[in-house]
Amino acid sequence: MRVFAAILLAGAALATLPLLGLPLFYESFLYLVFHWIILATSWNILSGYSGYFSFGHGAFFGAGMYTTATLASRFDVPFLWTLPAAALVAMLLGAGLGAVVFRAKQVRGELFALVTLAVTFVVGTIVLNTPIDGGPGVYLSGVPVPKIGPSAASSFYLMGLAAAVATIAIAWAIHRSRLGTGLFAIHDDEDVAEVLGVPTFGCKMAAFAVSCALAGLAGGIHALFVSYVTAGETFSITVPLTVVLMSVLGGTRHWAGPAVGATIITALLYAFTAGNHAVAGKAVFGAVLIAVILFMPGGVLGTLRARRPRKGALRAPSVLPAGGDASNEAEEVAVPSAATKSPAVARTKVILAAAGLSRSFSGVRALDCVDIEVREGEILGLLGPNGSGKSTFINLVSGHYKPDAGALQFEGRDLARLPAHRIARAGVARTYQIPRPFAHLTVLDNVALTAMFGGAALPRKEAVAEARRWLDFTGLADKADALPDDLNLHQRKFLELARALAARPRLLLLDEVLSGLTPGEINGAISLIRRIRDGGATIVFVEHVMRAVMALTDRIVVLDHGVVIAEGDASAVMQQSAVVTAFLGKAHA
Amino acid sequence: MGLPSATLLAQSVLSGVFIGALYGLLGLGLSLSWGLLRQINLAHFALAFLGAYLCYQLAGAGVDPLLTLLIIVPAFFALGVALQWLFARFDISAFNSLLVTFGLTVIIEAAIQSIWTADFRRLESVYGNAKFKLGVLYIPVPELLTLLLALALSLAIWAALRFTDLGRAMRAAAEDGPIAAAFGVNQPALALLLSGVCAALAGVAGVCIALSYTLAPAQIYAWIGVVFAAVMMGGLGRALGPIVAGIVIGVSEAITMAVTAPSWAPLVSFSLLIVVLLARPGKVQ
Repeated sequence: MRVFAAILLAGAALATLPLLGLPLFYESFLYLVFHWIILATSWNILSGYSGYFSFGHGAFFGAGMYTTATLASRFDVPFLWTLPAAALVAMLLGAGLGAVVFRAKQVRGELFALVTLAVTFVVGTIVLNTPIDGGPGVYLSGVPVPKIGPSAASSFYLMGLAAAVATIAIAWAIHRSRLGTGLFAIHDDEDVAEVLGVPTFGCKMAAFAVSCALAGLAGGIHALFVSYVTAGETFSITVPLTVVLMSVLGGTRHWAGPAVGATIITALLYAFTAGNHAVAGKAVFGAVLIAVILFMPGGVLGTLRARRPRKGALRAPSVLPAGGDASNEAEEVAVPSAATKSPAVARTKVILAAAGLSRSFSGVRALDCVDIEVREGEILGLLGPNGSGKSTFINLVSGHYKPDAGALQFEGRDLARLPAHRIARAGVARTYQIPRPFAHLTVLDNVALTAMFGGAALPRKEAVAEARRWLDFTGLADKADALPDDLNLHQRKFLELARALAARPRLLLLDEVLSGLTPGEINGAISLIRRIRDGGATIVFVEHVMRAVMALTDRIVVLDHGVVIAEGDASAVMQQSAVVTAFLGKAHA
Repeated sequence: MGLPSATLLAQSVLSGVFIGALYGLLGLGLSLSWGLLRQINLAHFALAFLGAYLCYQLAGAGVDPLLTLLIIVPAFFALGVALQWLFARFDISAFNSLLVTFGLTVIIEAAIQSIWTADFRRLESVYGNAKFKLGVLYIPVPELLTLLLALALSLAIWAALRFTDLGRAMRAAAEDGPIAAAFGVNQPALALLLSGVCAALAGVAGVCIALSYTLAPAQIYAWIGVVFAAVMMGGLGRALGPIVAGIVIGVSEAITMAVTAPSWAPLVSFSLLIVVLLARPGKVQ
């Protein structure tokens, strides 16, 4: 909140400048700085946070420009009233584009950049050839400038300032919100984010809509400032590229990064133009871009932040809530239970039912008409040789893939029809066999993410507290502020586990959490998994480590070539000849 | 608005083929470096214009524009090799290559502007307005040269990638670098070679631009959108893709211009691009 107050205070202080009799020329220059701050910051809300680099910012900026130009010059709408319309038109354009583009799964990275660029040219061509423009451009010279400040220049200054302050405040608010966390997760690994419960489509749409609306607002104001609007100047590649450069220079992962970059670049370009070295300024602009990408990939703010020593690591244990009921629960769970298996589970209800479940990958039947039931409160071991379909089963239940055929019911809900994030929300959590943490989020944020978006759906503050509990539980508390890259394999496996647990799942899918661990580490993990089950979760457990399977499972299902070949009590099933053949080959049977 | 006559339409289709060939020639180097080196080289356009201005300068000194290729191709090959050396040194990702080469584009544009000013320049040469009549159609010589050069180079590179060991090694390295390296493919050396070839192709395209078009520094950006459309539609890293897609785009633009107004032309290429990207993104990558 202090940051928010600081943003407003800075805005209020700057608003007094025109009253002090600032020379006109400074007001116009500062207006341009604000203009670029709005464009760069708004671009960053989608593109910087989520990594969907849009090259279509010119289209949304232009949509706002032409909305204001048309309404003000042809329909005599008062200028200030055209601004909400400009934002709305740009937002609708963005939402329409997003609704199509964000559904096409592979349109990411460079392809997204190109689609948005192409849309810019399409919109530009349409504007140019229809009565909106018609070719000669639109003049706004007859539109009166609203008298907000003492002069026209100061009015623009104040409008730009207000819009820039609002934009930065919005960028800051999103940065620290659930939406922001979701966007940063999408940036690192969109598929995993969706499976862990982030409504990726919704997050991208929301960010895009806000981003476009703000660009439209900037366009509306700028239309009157330049007072002559042409399609060629507006719908070009220079607006998006300038915005990208500013954001990258300042740092795309920081809410204030684009504002810093916009200020630097605008001042730089201005200095060169004023000194009649416009061409040299251009070359410097290019050189700065290259230098930043090569030597400062995090941008100004990203680099500054990386230099600052991480402070949170020592603080972590003390933040653990001492008296709250949440922590009591953790401590209760932490006591190793005497009962290792629960014979009573046979009588409990079925929580997950797969019937006739099939899935092929380019002709190979990974799962072929599989029927599996999981009962509430049990640990079901899923066994089979490599390629038998175990991980495919986990991927289908968690929604990573959709089944080709068959039914998949979880507590009466049809998982085959739900998008992956709704499955996570319904109470299903999973680990990945090869850990897939979000590389740019801290260990703590990785875990807090599932507390926010998984079954528990906690608000951000409580999610962080919850995350600290599970980091304690898995012994990662002192790594809370590290990045996943700093963890060893054992710790990364436990991070996967903590991330799944923080969702407070009703059904936990563990995909080979023990593989690659040393015998000592496996012992620790076995007692950990027991404690999880005693905490009330149902567990499906894919594992090759037989010692763990024997110690933990109530029941096992053996898969081979996508078909269930045995089912029942672990020690009995492992004696069956079909199972022995599947694992060891014919000669041994 | 009445339909244009058959002759006029045929003449526009022909001019569409010619401009499409130039799209394809510009797209060829872009597609190869994107598909095989994972670099999105915006500077390709700036290099092409640098080549065009060099050709203009040399032709002004009395050299036949086509002979300038003898200087431009080796010089640009060396430039491409140097660029790739820099890229490899800093290990630049595909997306960052787009930003870095944009920076480079702006620098080259500034250099061109300071040497040749922002005014329009037009190459005067024996080829300038040369044309001959074939049936009812006029064939402009510079455009015909462009078409032949584009076809020849596309076919030659297609054959080289398909039938030579070097080409196979390049495609293998693009598909899976580490595995190809394990089988003895010298990927860094191939990348230097390929980048040199791409830059040389930019130089050739530049000479073709100089032959048929008026030059201005800002024109660098005018080609980006439509050429990218040709590259994406043709499929990345395929030698014949850009020219085929380029001609398809060029012809559809020409027909659009003949039937409606010239200013509607961009709508065709970019709508095509959007449809390709959304409907078949798998094919593109």
